[in-house]
Amino acid sequence: METVKALKKKHKNNSTIKISGAEAIIHCLLEEGVDLIYGYPGGAIMPVYDELYKFQDKLTHILARHEQGATHAAQGYARVSGKVGVAMATSGPGATNLVTGLADAQIDSTPIVCITGQVARHLLGSDAFQETDIVGISTPVTKWNYQITRASEIPKIMAKAFYIAKSGRPGPVLIDITKNAQFDELDFVYEKCTGVRSYKPYPKPDLKSIEAAAKLINDAKKPYIVWGQGIILGEAEAELKKLIEKAGIPAAWTIMGESAIPTDHPLNVGMVGMHGNYGPNVLTNECDVLVAIGMRFDDRVTGSLDTYAKQAKVVHFEIDPAEINKNVKAHVAVLGNAKQTLNLLLPMIKENDHATWKAEFDKKYQIEYDTVIKNDITPSKEGLTMGEVIEQINIASENKAVIVTDVGQHQMVACRYAKFKQSKSNITSGGLGTMGFALPAAIGAKMGAMDREVVAIIGDGGYQMTIQELGVIFQHNVPVKIVVLNNDHLGMVRQWQELFFESRYASTVMVNPDFVKIAEGYHIKSNRVSERAALKDAVEEMIASKDPYFLEVKVEKEDNVFPMIPSGASVSDIRLK
Amino acid sequence: MEKQWYTISVYSENNVGLLNRISGIFLKRHINIEGLNVSKSEIEGVSKFTIVVFTTEEWTRKIVGQIEKQVEVIKAYYHIDDETIYQESALFKIKSDLLFDERQIQNIIKESNSQIVTVARDFFVISKTGRRNEIDEMHDALEPYGIMQFVRSGRIAVSKAEMPITNLLQEFQNQ
Ligand SMILES: Cc1ncc(C[n+]2csc(CCOP(=O)(O)OP(=O)(O)O)c2C)c(N)n1
Repeated sequence: METVKALKKKHKNNSTIKISGAEAIIHCLLEEGVDLIYGYPGGAIMPVYDELYKFQDKLTHILARHEQGATHAAQGYARVSGKVGVAMATSGPGATNLVTGLADAQIDSTPIVCITGQVARHLLGSDAFQETDIVGISTPVTKWNYQITRASEIPKIMAKAFYIAKSGRPGPVLIDITKNAQFDELDFVYEKCTGVRSYKPYPKPDLKSIEAAAKLINDAKKPYIVWGQGIILGEAEAELKKLIEKAGIPAAWTIMGESAIPTDHPLNVGMVGMHGNYGPNVLTNECDVLVAIGMRFDDRVTGSLDTYAKQAKVVHFEIDPAEINKNVKAHVAVLGNAKQTLNLLLPMIKENDHATWKAEFDKKYQIEYDTVIKNDITPSKEGLTMGEVIEQINIASENKAVIVTDVGQHQMVACRYAKFKQSKSNITSGGLGTMGFALPAAIGAKMGAMDREVVAIIGDGGYQMTIQELGVIFQHNVPVKIVVLNNDHLGMVRQWQELFFESRYASTVMVNPDFVKIAEGYHIKSNRVSERAALKDAVEEMIASKDPYFLEVKVEKEDNVFPMIPSGASVSDIRLK
Repeated sequence: MEKQWYTISVYSENNVGLLNRISGIFLKRHINIEGLNVSKSEIEGVSKFTIVVFTTEEWTRKIVGQIEKQVEVIKAYYHIDDETIYQESALFKIKSDLLFDERQIQNIIKESNSQIVTVARDFFVISKTGRRNEIDEMHDALEPYGIMQFVRSGRIAVSKAEMPITNLLQEFQNQ
C-alpha cells in the first residue's frame, strides 16, 4: 500500500486525501517511525486490522497469545531500543487484559502507546457488547489516555500520544477509539506534536541548585552516588561515568539503573536494595553526601525511611518534580533531564580521589564474598544454585547479553550476578514486580535489538503466567534463549514463609509439568540440566544456538537469596544469612 | 505535623476525564475531599478546580505535586484559610407558614444577611452565602423550626496572593 505522502507526491496535488479513520491510524504509526506492533484482534478493532493486512509490507504485526503478552513485548522492545513500543487490542476483555502491562510501564516509566477499539459512539454508556470503560479503568495506570470518538481527531491525538509517551519522564499512553471513528473518513494531514500547552516534560535546570550540588560534592569526605533508570532514560551514561571518574566517587545502582555503567568499572560498587550488595546498603548510612541520580527512593531501596541516610546531605537529580521530597528529603534538588544537568555540573566538579572511602566498599565486598557470593557462584554443596547458572551465562555470552528477568528469587540473583558491558541490557519489572513479564518482554527485547543475544531468566511460577507466548517465539522464530530456574516452588514467597512465617509453605509448592515437552510441543529446541557437570555445556549450546532455545535448570528447591533487608528494617540491618 | 484546612486551586485544560485523574490522586492517598468545585476561570478556555481538604501540609504538598504532573494541568497551588478569600453557598427549604408565624425566623434572615429566593404556597427558600461556620450557625438557628431540605455548595476561593497563570501560559506559548 502507498502512504498518503507517496500518493500526494505521485498526483502532485495538494488537495486533501480522504481516508478512513482506521487507515489514518496506520499512517500515524508510520509517521512516528513505528514498524512493529504487538496485538490481538477482535470486533471493535477490526477495521484497523483490515488496514494492517493491507500495509503488511510497512508495518509488522505480531500476534501475541494474550494481550498482557503484547504489552510486555512492547515494553521489552521499548526498553532495549529506546523507542516507543506499541500494543493494540480490541474493546472489553482485550482492553482490560492490557491493564497489567500499563501499570508495569507506568511505574517503570516505559514509553508505550496502547490502542484499543471501542464500541461505536452512539452505543457508549449503554453496556453494549464488549463495552468497557477502559479510559476510566486505565486512568491511574497511564501517563495520559484519551477516547477518540470522531475520525477527524485521530492525527492530532495520535501525535500527542507519542509525544507524551516518550518525552520527559516517559510512560504509557492509551488511546481508545470508537468503531465509528475507525470507519468514518477524514482529510488526513499529519504533524508531529512538539509541545502541549499545559505539559512541561523537562523542568528547566536551575544553575543555583547545580552550584549548590557541586559544592556539596566537592566538600564531601565520603560522597556516594546511587543512580537509577533516569540515567538510561536520559541517555546520561557517559556523563555519569565522567562524574564518578573525575570526582572518584563510588557509585551503586538500583535494579532499574543496572547496566548503565559496566559491571567491572572500578567505581561501580554494586546494587542497593532489599537483596542488594552489603557495602552499598550499609554504607548508605555512613556516607556524608548521598547523590541520588534519576532514582526515586523506592521502599525496596530505602528500607525504613526513619533510618535511611540520616547522617548524609542528600542531593537529588530528578526529572519529575513530584519525586522531590516524596520519600527522602533532599538538601539540594536538581530538576531536569540527567544528561543536561550532569553536563552543567561536570565543569564545576573538582578532581578527587576518595580511595580510603572506596576501600570501605572493598572491605565490605570481601565480607559479602566470603559469606554469600562464593557459595552462590562456586558452590561446594551438591544442588545447583541460581547464581552459578547466571555465572555460566555471563561466561558463555561474554557479558554481552541482554538479560530479561521475571520476578522472584531468580530475578534478584540475576540482577546480583549478571555482568554487563553495555547500557539497556537489564530488562526487569522493577516497580510493579510483575510475574509473567519476562517471556513476552524477551520477545520484544529481541525484536528491538536483533543483533544482540537475549536471555530470559524465569522462575517456574512466573513462566506459567505467560507460557502461551511460546507460540509467538515459534510462529515468528524469535531467537530468544529461555532459561527456567526450576525450584519447584514459588521461591521468593517460600523464602519469606521460611524466614517470617515459621516455614508454613502455604500454596508455594509447585507440581510442575514437563517443561521440556511443552517447549517441544511448540517446536522449540530444548534441554534440561539437573547436574553441575552438565551445566557449562548446556549453557554453551544454548548460547551458540541460532534458533530459539529453551533450557530448564533444576536448581536447589529451598535456597534463599541473601543478603536481605527484611521489609521495614534499616539498610544497616541487612542480613548476610 | 498538624492538620488544617487547605484550599487547592488547580488550573487546567478543560478536558473530559481529568476530574477522574485528579480525584484518583486523593483516593490513592486516602485523603477525603471535603469540598470540590469546578468552574471556568478568569482565563478563556481554562478550568479551575477548587478542592478543600483537611490534612497536613506535607500531604498537601505531595498531592499538589502529583496533580501538577498530570498532562492537562497547567498549575496547582495550595493555601491555608488565612491566605484566601472563600465562600460557600447554601439553600434552606422551610415550611411557608413559619415565615409568617415565627418572628424569630425573620430576625434570623435579617441578621444573617441571607436572602429569600422564593416563596411558594407550602415552602420558602432562603439562600445564604458565607464562610462554612456562618452557614453552620444559620443551620443551627433554623434547625429548631424544621428544615425540609438543606444543601451546601463546594467552596469557591480566590487567593490573596497572585496566581500568575496568564504569565505561565504565555511562557508555555513562547517555549
Ligand atoms: C502476578 C504476580 N502474582 C504474584 C506475585 C507475588 N510473587 C512474587 S515472587 C513470587 C514467587 C515467584 O516464584 P517463581 O516464579 O517460581 O520464581 P522464584 O522465586 O522461585 O525464582 C510470587 C508469587 C507477583 N510478583 N506477581
